[in-house]
Amino acid sequence: MSRIVHKFTRQVPEWRPRVTPVNLDEATPEQLDALKVTPSNTKVSAYVLTLAHDVESLSVRSPLFNAIMYDEGGMSRAERELGAIAASMVNRCIYCAAVHADRHAKLEKSTDVTDKLFTQGTDADLSPRDAAIFTFARKLSEGVPSASADDMAALREAGLTDEEILDLILSSSLFGWANRLMHVLGDPVRTEDTV
Amino acid sequence: MSLFETTTLLAAGAKGGGQIADAVQTRANIFEMTQAAKDAVLRPKDCGAFPHDLRAALAARIAARAKDMELAQRYAQAAGARTDISDPAQNSGTDDAVLVAFVDKVAGATKDIAADDIAQLQNAGVSDADIVRLCELVAFVAYQVRVVAGLRLMQGTKT
Repeated sequence: MSRIVHKFTRQVPEWRPRVTPVNLDEATPEQLDALKVTPSNTKVSAYVLTLAHDVESLSVRSPLFNAIMYDEGGMSRAERELGAIAASMVNRCIYCAAVHADRHAKLEKSTDVTDKLFTQGTDADLSPRDAAIFTFARKLSEGVPSASADDMAALREAGLTDEEILDLILSSSLFGWANRLMHVLGDPVRTEDTV
Repeated sequence: MSLFETTTLLAAGAKGGGQIADAVQTRANIFEMTQAAKDAVLRPKDCGAFPHDLRAALAARIAARAKDMELAQRYAQAAGARTDISDPAQNSGTDDAVLVAFVDKVAGATKDIAADDIAQLQNAGVSDADIVRLCELVAFVAYQVRVVAGLRLMQGTKT
């Protein structure tokens, strides 16, 4: 038995699709080719097999995702993760929030920021720089984006360069995309006997 | 197509030699891949149940509901006869009512989506592959709307 996870957590749940994923044994050559461009092809996840229904999108999205989150220069990886977490909290994508809160904690070697976000919510008491980053990303992620000139000014006052601000826009926007796949097409679940 | 002719940078009003051109150049690969992703959801070779004009109409609708009239106008140009859908003020015909309601919710109230929303599409006869195609379209436009909004703020122009 498994239950759906409704609360934000760093303990990454399983993801259970709401539609039937592509069966690898019946995949077309195009689908098999697209599945190779994902970060790990040793075991293809249910999520990637679900996205393989739209092979043209999957093929371009995987390298784009990696470039936005991992390319060198610009904003630090941990701060890009903060942008991802902000979007995932607005969209209540429990799975994405867990994966990226866990990565943030590992990169920072601290659970302080994500503990605060998950216990205090979006008004959490963060450092001025983290607060400026989180607030901008949260507002950009709303149904009608509400980030303002004041929020942009706060980023610059916190010392962010143009390159860092661009990476923040890209990483938080990217999760406007990822959340609308992960949160819409499946449920985050935990098996009952998992502690 | 040059970097600054990609849809995202055009809609944001970002120009070569402009205020944010240097930063944009450092991520040229990302804007080029963003354009490829746009082509993959707006004009795919395999459309499934959603022809190109319907996709453009839905993209225009999503942008308009997110208050990005510039991007909405760009997509509406390719909406052909589907302006019933591209204009969010108009109610859609009954044939597409379930589809449009789903798109509006995924785009604007993502957090409220539940298993039942997917079940309703399935009950209306939409295949699982088409549900994934639809989500990819909505999700991409949601991403693009936010990149454009952020770039405009970087340049100090009003959104």
